[in-house]
Amino acid sequence: MENIEYALVLEEVKKTYKGGVEAVKGISLKVRQGDFYALLGPNGAGKSTTIGIISSLVQKTSGQVSVFNHDLDSELDRAKLCIGLVPQEFNFNQFETVLQIVMNQAGYYGVAKTEALIRAEKYLCQLDLWEKRNSPARALSGGMKRRLMIARALMHQPQLLILDEPTAGVDIELRRSMWTFLTELNAQGVTIILTTHYLEEAEMLCRNIGIIDKGELVENTTMKSLLSRLDLETFILDLGENRTEAPEISGFPMRLTAPHTLEINVEKDQSINQVFALLSQQNIDVLSMRNKANRLEELFVRLVEKAKGKKS
Amino acid sequence: MNMRALYFVAFKSILKKEITRFTRIWVQTLVPPAISMTLYFLIFGNLVGKRIGEMGGVSYMEFIAPGLIMMSVITSSYSNVASSFFSAKFQRNLEELMVAPVPHYVMIAGYVGGGVVRGLLVGVIVTAVALFFVDFSLYNLPLVLLTVLITSILFSLAGLINAVFAKSFDDISIIPTFVLTPLTYLGGVFYSLSLLPPFWQGVSTLNPVVYMINTFRYGFLGIADISVPFSVAVMVAFCMGFWFVAYYLISRGIGLRS
Repeated sequence: MENIEYALVLEEVKKTYKGGVEAVKGISLKVRQGDFYALLGPNGAGKSTTIGIISSLVQKTSGQVSVFNHDLDSELDRAKLCIGLVPQEFNFNQFETVLQIVMNQAGYYGVAKTEALIRAEKYLCQLDLWEKRNSPARALSGGMKRRLMIARALMHQPQLLILDEPTAGVDIELRRSMWTFLTELNAQGVTIILTTHYLEEAEMLCRNIGIIDKGELVENTTMKSLLSRLDLETFILDLGENRTEAPEISGFPMRLTAPHTLEINVEKDQSINQVFALLSQQNIDVLSMRNKANRLEELFVRLVEKAKGKKS
Repeated sequence: MNMRALYFVAFKSILKKEITRFTRIWVQTLVPPAISMTLYFLIFGNLVGKRIGEMGGVSYMEFIAPGLIMMSVITSSYSNVASSFFSAKFQRNLEELMVAPVPHYVMIAGYVGGGVVRGLLVGVIVTAVALFFVDFSLYNLPLVLLTVLITSILFSLAGLINAVFAKSFDDISIIPTFVLTPLTYLGGVFYSLSLLPPFWQGVSTLNPVVYMINTFRYGFLGIADISVPFSVAVMVAFCMGFWFVAYYLISRGIGLRS
């Protein structure tokens, strides 16, 4: 396979577990070098199995996987060298110190001790863990453990970083600092594949997106083109005065969800300015406005429901 | 990148991690064999042994000392790898190694290396304890070293195989309790095989521990129940067999990969 420009290529990858459960049903996927790719899907869709196959924690039933042109079947170790994995669950030795964990990881990838120490200081400082380097991992907070997993995955400076729900259970401040860190890392040329349940995270960070549902890739496109498919958006308007019923404006279905809160549907070819103009004509003041749900979230739900409809 | 150099660094990292692990909990890993051996020497060697007199032409204390050292080496090597590998599997930090470019033989060598180092260290400690009770003669030092090395490799591999199959911490104590201890006690630590009736002598030859204790004792005292070259060959054969089993299990991902 000549896929120089691709960080990851999956061809007809299938995984059937013992007992006959088909977790992945022939996924084909290409992720370009330097991409920030979101791999989304509902729980049990097959995302983690797919990541497991790429990182060789799960044995595929059939198909081909290549990482930076290294085939997983014939050049496993070369392929593994390119990958950094941040799994969903904490899987480091809780009794080892932060420094021991990252140093061991560097050793497994052949990084000599002196170089490993330099990298350990670099990544632990960047992720605000250097002060904790001599603390046992079990003494860290949940957020620190998440950051430790990222630092560990970076110790061999992988070209492809796979993050399986890296911000799960992390407070918003820390999540935002991790977004900044990952964006910078991507800007340095590291290809990133991200799975997350926080869809605003995927929308904010990723350029391309794949949606897996029931073991199949139901969508694989750019974030921009996916979002452009959203034909209807729901906005929530906070009104200046309380009302007893929703105003009637032709072409814009509205409903009052609270005395001062109005929910309005705006189609893709309609202008929100038109709504404001019509409300002003009726002397209705709008104090603020927000999306009811994240745009990607709305699309995601529709796509998954559409897939369910097809099946039934 | 030179993959051989990478594998060597990976091996050193696993070995260092393993040594750090058992030395961090030295009270649990290094002290108990010294205490139990002291008790064995006091009770079996000193109190009971005086009434037994000589065995194989040497004092009973001298006769049992090599077997007791070997018993500690066996137990320590086995339990080190069994508990460490199973803990890594249980806590899922074995995944660190499974996603890394570490060949299966390097992974096995790293864990077994840890078991061997602990086994040899315990062997040295127990030998030091034994010197308080008995003066050792050393008949063949290279043979002593070779035997203790092969034995610790063999039982480290056995511990690894046990850990691969284990699904709970109970599973890694069942084999030592129901298999390892009986094999060791019936392996001629406390008696010469020549004392057994011919039938039981034959049965004893099926016990691999017999060959280890026999060879180890020969290295110290120059007395053996079974041919030494044959014993060494049996040990090497068992070692190779266990290596292939361990390699097969790890490379197939049995108990490790879904």
